[in-house]
Amino acid sequence: MIFHHLILRVVTKLLVGTIILFALYVQFHGDFSPGGGFQAGVIMAVAFILYGIVFSLESVKKVFPEWLVHKILALGVLIYACTGIATMLLGYDFLDYDAFAPLHPTHGQHWGLLAIEFGVGVTVTGVMVAIYYAFAGRPPSLPDEDW
Amino acid sequence: MIDTLTNTVLFVMLVLTALAIVRMERLFAVVMLSSVFSLLSALLFVTLDAVDVAFTEAAVGAGISTVLMLGTIALTKPTAKRSRHTAFVPLIVVCVTGAALVYGTLDMPAFGAYDAPAQMHVGPDYLARTPDDIDVPNVVTAILGSYRGYDTLGETAVVFTAGIGVLLLLSGLRRRREDEDEEV
Amino acid sequence: MGQLFNLQFLTGHIHYLLFIILMMTGLFIVVDKTNLVKKIIGLNIFQASVFMFYVSIGKVTGGTAPIFPMDDKYHVDKEALQGIVYSNPLPHVLILTAIVVGIATTSLGLALIIRIRESFNTIDEEDILNIEQEMTRDDNNKHRDVAEGLT
Repeated sequence: MIFHHLILRVVTKLLVGTIILFALYVQFHGDFSPGGGFQAGVIMAVAFILYGIVFSLESVKKVFPEWLVHKILALGVLIYACTGIATMLLGYDFLDYDAFAPLHPTHGQHWGLLAIEFGVGVTVTGVMVAIYYAFAGRPPSLPDEDW
Repeated sequence: MIDTLTNTVLFVMLVLTALAIVRMERLFAVVMLSSVFSLLSALLFVTLDAVDVAFTEAAVGAGISTVLMLGTIALTKPTAKRSRHTAFVPLIVVCVTGAALVYGTLDMPAFGAYDAPAQMHVGPDYLARTPDDIDVPNVVTAILGSYRGYDTLGETAVVFTAGIGVLLLLSGLRRRREDEDEEV
Repeated sequence: MGQLFNLQFLTGHIHYLLFIILMMTGLFIVVDKTNLVKKIIGLNIFQASVFMFYVSIGKVTGGTAPIFPMDDKYHVDKEALQGIVYSNPLPHVLILTAIVVGIATTSLGLALIIRIRESFNTIDEEDILNIEQEMTRDDNNKHRDVAEGLT
C-alpha cells in the first residue's frame, strides 16, 4: 500500500461521484441546455479515468470490469439502431420518433431524443474507457524519474 | 467591432501556443500546450455562439486527449529529436498552400453576414420548425437527434469502430491466442 | 485586388485569414517534424482550425447561441422567441460530432505509434526509414545469395 499523494486520493474520492452526477445531468438535460450524449459520455469516462490514474488500473477494473466495457461499447450503437427499428415496427420511417406518441408528436420526439442520446452516451463512455484501459494496460517503457 | 477584437486576441494566443508547440522538443510540454490550445479554442467557440461545440472541445480536448497523449509518451519516448533537414521546403509548401487558401477566401461572404448562402437554406428552416415539430429549447440537440438522426447514427458507429480498432491494436487478444497455442 | 485595402472588407475577412494562419501552423508541424507524436498534435491543430472555420460560417452578427427561451412548463416559449436572432445551428451539430470522432481517430493513430515503437524501438520517422532501408537491403542480399546458390 502506498501512502503518498494523500490529498490527491481524498480529493479524487470526493470528485468522482460529483463528476458522474454532472455527466448524468448533462446527459438528461441535453434537450434544455448545452450538452447531450457525446459530452456526457466523455465526462462519464473522465470519472473512471481519473479514478484509474490516482488509484490504479486494477482498482478501477474492479469497479468497471473490462468485459463490461466491451459489452457497453457495442450496446450503445445497438440502442440507437434499435430505436430506429422500433419506429419502423410501429409503422413510421426509420428514426421518426413521432411513432412513440402518434397523438402528441412532440412527446414522441422527446422520448426518441432521450433514447438515442442515451445510446450515444453509452457508446462514447465505453469507447473512451476501453481506449484508456488499452493504453494503460501496456507496460510503460519510461521510468518515473524521466518525466 | 468588439467581437472582432476579442476574437483577434484569442487568435493571437492560439497562434502563439501553436508556435510554441512547433519550437518545443520535450513532448510533455508539447502535450500540455496542446491542452491549453484546446481550452483557448473552446473560448473561441463560445464567442462564435457554438456553446455545445465549446463544451465538447473542453471535455474532449483538455480531458481525454491529454490523458491519451501522456499515455502514449509513457509508452514511447519523452523527447523529440531535432530534425536533421532544413525547414526550407516545408515552409515553401506551407506558404503556397496558405496563399491558395487565402485567395479562395476572397470570394467568401463577410464574417457574420446574415445574407450569406449558409444562412439561406436549411439552417433557418430548422430554427423555424423546431418549436412546433420537436419542442425542445436546444436546437442543436433537436437537429442532432431528430432532423439528422442518420448522420449521428453514422458518427456513433465511427466512434465505435475506432474503439474496436484501438482494442485490436493494443489489447491482449494476440497474447490470449499465444497462450492457447502453448496449452495445445 | 483593390478591395483588400477596404477596411470593411478587411474586418469581414480577417477571421478567415487568422484561421488559415493557424491551419498552416498545423500543416507545418505535420510536414516538418519527424517525431510521430508531434505529427499527431500538428494534425489536431489543423483539425481544430478547420472546426473553427466551419463554425464561423454559421455565425450571424448580433446573433446568440441557438437555445430557445422556455416557459414554466418546459416548452419553447414561442412569444419570447420573436425578434431574437440566432446563429445557424447546423455547423454546430456537424462539428460537435466531428470532435468526438476526431478524438477516436486520434487515439487510433496513437495506438499505431505505440505498435511502431514496439517494432522499431523509435518513433522518429527518419530512423524508421533508415531501419526499413536496412531491412530491405538485408532481404535483397539474402535473396541474391539464395539465387546465386541455385545457379
